[in-house]
Amino acid sequence: MSVAHIMAAGMGGIRTAGDLVAWMQLTRRMKITEAKEYVARKLKISVMDLTDEEVMHQVRQDLDIATLPMIADGAAGIAAKCRIAELLDIELNSVNRFKAQLGTSI
Amino acid sequence: MPDKIITRMGDGARIELSREQIQADILAGSRDAADRGKIPELDPDELDQLFEIFADTNRIVAVKPGQEVITTDDAAAMTLIGDQADGGVALPLSAMQSVLTYERVCCADTAGIGHTDYSCKPVKPIVNFEKQKYYTLNQAVTIPLIYGTQPNLGQYFQPDGAFANPSELLPAGKIKEARQAQEAAAEQLRNDLVFVARNLYDVGCDGFNFDTAASAGDADFLAALQAIRELKQIAPKMAIELGMSSEFVLGLHGEITFDGVRLAGLYPHDQVKMAEAVGADIFGPAVNVKATKSTPWNLARAVTFVKETVRVAGIPVHPNVGMGVCGLPLYESPPIDCTTRAAKALVEIGKADGL
Repeated sequence: MSVAHIMAAGMGGIRTAGDLVAWMQLTRRMKITEAKEYVARKLKISVMDLTDEEVMHQVRQDLDIATLPMIADGAAGIAAKCRIAELLDIELNSVNRFKAQLGTSI
Repeated sequence: MPDKIITRMGDGARIELSREQIQADILAGSRDAADRGKIPELDPDELDQLFEIFADTNRIVAVKPGQEVITTDDAAAMTLIGDQADGGVALPLSAMQSVLTYERVCCADTAGIGHTDYSCKPVKPIVNFEKQKYYTLNQAVTIPLIYGTQPNLGQYFQPDGAFANPSELLPAGKIKEARQAQEAAAEQLRNDLVFVARNLYDVGCDGFNFDTAASAGDADFLAALQAIRELKQIAPKMAIELGMSSEFVLGLHGEITFDGVRLAGLYPHDQVKMAEAVGADIFGPAVNVKATKSTPWNLARAVTFVKETVRVAGIPVHPNVGMGVCGLPLYESPPIDCTTRAAKALVEIGKADGL
């Protein structure tokens, strides 16, 4: 059932820009149109490109924020989230905790 | 176009209806929602749009390019390892393997996890285990990882819990005692919800889902609202999603108010205002399904409620589209034709921000 929803109406997660738009809903309470426009501006692409695998695979690879297929030495998990927080200019609790453990604000 | 359109009853049984029957059911479903919620019906264009979704002869439908939305869930990332009660498929995998598969194979936008019971009360004594699980998974997962739990006030009443059971007190005419028991249990639930969520926050939790809220009525809803308001003060960097259990807050207490609003009887477009007021970041309305009515009737009803909820909401709205809510048949393996039609209709007509 969840997969059916994802295929019928989901943005595609890290295959495209789904996680990035989701972060804007979670951290700034943005509705879908505003969240997509915000992410598109940050990525310097069009809103339609956000769910275009042919565009987003290269964008994510260039920004090193996790992509599919996975790249062996590419950032993923908390490393990717550190980069995503900076890219989107948002604060993430997980990233704050991770940086505190590293003893760095970078 | 064929004379008969294949669709389903609210219990999942496949049926064939004429075009006129589908149109009549859609209109009646929308009118039922409008009448109960005192909200606008779908307009003629929207009724036509919904009819076209049902008339599509393809087994699976989808939203138009550019209209995709965000998916959040109630621990669906764990369904690979869950059993029948969770809609799970019982694969012999670890939680890590299940969640990463959900992220990298299913390509979900977010991933929900939780205790296998998925209620707050059982989590409290093992919260350290849940903290460790969340922390470990969150180091590996890139998409937002959301920890979910049901408030589930029912578990606090005897014989499972410490408080007298209103279901026994009410038939005995002990209304005052039943109300007092609910108030006391709600206070305990609120404390437990805050305890669990605050502990998850301490290990970097990015999102917490109060799922199936108000399942035990207005006292259950009160505990969730109070807990969210408190958490937004002590855990401000953790997003909170509030998902409902039904379209109508049951008045098992009947006199409970919050911020001067009587909770019993609130429909989704009123519930979302409460969610917004306490600081919830995403709201998930649930619209009931009648098993004896057709899916066109049920989905039209759900879309009518969701459209009004989205219209008045200042926060993202992600309708709960699981078994038996928001147009999906009341069946543990919802047919894919209805599932995708519900997704498309709720997004394209209801204007949902996610599912």
